Amino acid sequence: MNSRILLYDGTWEGMLCCIFDYFDYKLQVESITSNQDFANLSLFASPHQVTSDSEKANRVAKGLEAKVGKEGLTELWHVFLSELPHAPLLILKTAVYYLNQDKNSRLNYGHEDVLEVKQIVKSVSRERHRMKAFIRFQKLNNGIYFALVEPDFDVLPLIRKHFKDRYADQHWMIYDGKRKYGLSYDLESIQEFSFTEDVNISNKTIAIQWEEQEDLYSDLWKRYFNAVNIKERKNMKLHLQHVPRRYWKHLNEKELDK
Amino acid sequence: MSDRIKDKLEILADAAKYDVSCSSSGSNRQNKDKGLGNTGAGICHSYTEDGRCVSLLKILLTNHCIFDCAYCVSRKSNDVKRAAFTVQEVVDLTINFYRRNYIEGLFLSSGIFKNSDYTMERLVLIAKKLRTEHNFNGYIHLKTIPGASDDLLHEAGLYADRLSVNLEIPTEEGLKLLAPEKNRKDMIEPMDYLKKTIIQTKEEKKIFKSTPKFVPAGQSTQMIVGASGETDQHIVNTAQYFYKNFNLKRVYYSGYVPISNDNRLPALGTAVPMVRENRLYQTDWLMRFYGYQANEIVNTAHPTLDLDIDPKLGWALRNMASFPVDINRADYAMILRVPGIGVNSAKKIVAARKFGGLRLDNLQKLGVAVNRAKYFINCAGFQQVFADKQSDLIKHYILASSQSKYLKQSTSQLSLF
Repeated sequence: MNSRILLYDGTWEGMLCCIFDYFDYKLQVESITSNQDFANLSLFASPHQVTSDSEKANRVAKGLEAKVGKEGLTELWHVFLSELPHAPLLILKTAVYYLNQDKNSRLNYGHEDVLEVKQIVKSVSRERHRMKAFIRFQKLNNGIYFALVEPDFDVLPLIRKHFKDRYADQHWMIYDGKRKYGLSYDLESIQEFSFTEDVNISNKTIAIQWEEQEDLYSDLWKRYFNAVNIKERKNMKLHLQHVPRRYWKHLNEKELDK
Repeated sequence: MSDRIKDKLEILADAAKYDVSCSSSGSNRQNKDKGLGNTGAGICHSYTEDGRCVSLLKILLTNHCIFDCAYCVSRKSNDVKRAAFTVQEVVDLTINFYRRNYIEGLFLSSGIFKNSDYTMERLVLIAKKLRTEHNFNGYIHLKTIPGASDDLLHEAGLYADRLSVNLEIPTEEGLKLLAPEKNRKDMIEPMDYLKKTIIQTKEEKKIFKSTPKFVPAGQSTQMIVGASGETDQHIVNTAQYFYKNFNLKRVYYSGYVPISNDNRLPALGTAVPMVRENRLYQTDWLMRFYGYQANEIVNTAHPTLDLDIDPKLGWALRNMASFPVDINRADYAMILRVPGIGVNSAKKIVAARKFGGLRLDNLQKLGVAVNRAKYFINCAGFQQVFADKQSDLIKHYILASSQSKYLKQSTSQLSLF
């Protein structure tokens, strides 16, 4: 059979529709991409355009839930958020396996694809947890608590509920500098936002807009951080394992000045 | 004003840092009426250069103290800078750190000034202000001051997620020697009161849903390791006794950091017993999550934990008759006893083997440390050949094939008496 490249819109809904089309058209899939140029370049496979359709997506989601539960579906969503180049194809292969098996095949840790899904879920979950931990709000003079992050994976959708539940009584914004979008909470609901291209968001430009007391509390936190360290027990290897260097630039306690 | 608060914070955080408890999990406090904060699985917001987690704002209300416990940096006779926060200062720090996502909440302890009740009253007042005036639903851990009245304990329990009384020294004789003004009774009585009230609250909650929370994250304690010449057997037995009789959520072990030239204690400059502390935590985990009894790990014939190997491997090597374990047939409890297999791997094994026999490469991929486990198991396509080998030979193979994270550090321990 002629193998195909699936071209989809890059959304989760589109991803689920890839699974739908796989069954609907009985496709042989070589790869899945949201990049039009890439799809056109392939020498051996012809492209197949997947159209996003919420009804189709829902049917796939329901079908997966019936086989592997909400957990199984959530795991695949995590893999999607990893943005790894081969994630869409892995999701397709694993979903097809789940749908063709009896219930709960998501626990088959001996299956190669299932295992890879688990490993990616583990990495994405770790990043989600790190963002819950490492986000540092800076209070701006307009009263908003602002945080700049650059997570390895697209984990903002995974942390929005956590921050909404926790900081229910303060305006906050979390901005992903890598993916150029953020979440903004206004005491009622969360909206996605992005800045126009001429706006430069960095720790320097944020500091210019600090509220009066921000300097004091940031400094108190740094002093606290240094005071609780026990020098006799220094263990930098363990320190780096927990707080890898790539996160330091957005952690005020790891700033070198002062 | 801001310079003074900076000084205070440095002094009172420095004095609190030897209390190793950092847990912020185990409570179920939700955000109430669109207020501030909630509790959950616990988050470590940072890690200090010693690799320890920073989860809570851990401070003393004051380091002034009327007691003179030899092991304590805040003891009366010690010549250190003293400071005291006001109630409002602690409240402001907590709220402002919390709003910036620096912390999960507050861990407040104190030196004893005037008397126990006077001190405890202030700790309770801070928790009360946070909960009632600021609708703060983050985590609060209060230290119970030995000798404080039951009424104050009860009030503390209504606002705090966790309360703890530190046993400090694992044996009563040691405590008498190093902290003559303290006694075990003053520690056990509040523990017993809390245990009973926690149980009673749970019972009432089954009938009346509106029963107010009481210490929802339970109580914990801490013992100092290596200050009073106790054996590991003493420590582990004490821990098991308190887990069983007082329903403790956690026992913490704090390797003694020499802070005094008192001749009752290890001299200044003596290495912190970090490996020993680590082995005690491993033992603690074995008792809480792996189904081991204290006397399986340390007993009169074997009162000291091995420093070169972990206690689980130690038990396996002393009980070779229990192995090999068949990965595809043995029950969960026995799989859990295989060195190199942790709780997660054991659960995965039990789930995955229903789909087909697991092989060594499957085990490797799902997270088992096969280079350790392979001496203790049979699985599909793998038959144990070491079953009749001497345990010290197996130990030698395992040590040769793995790199101890402690290789570079001193493993010597000072024997005191």
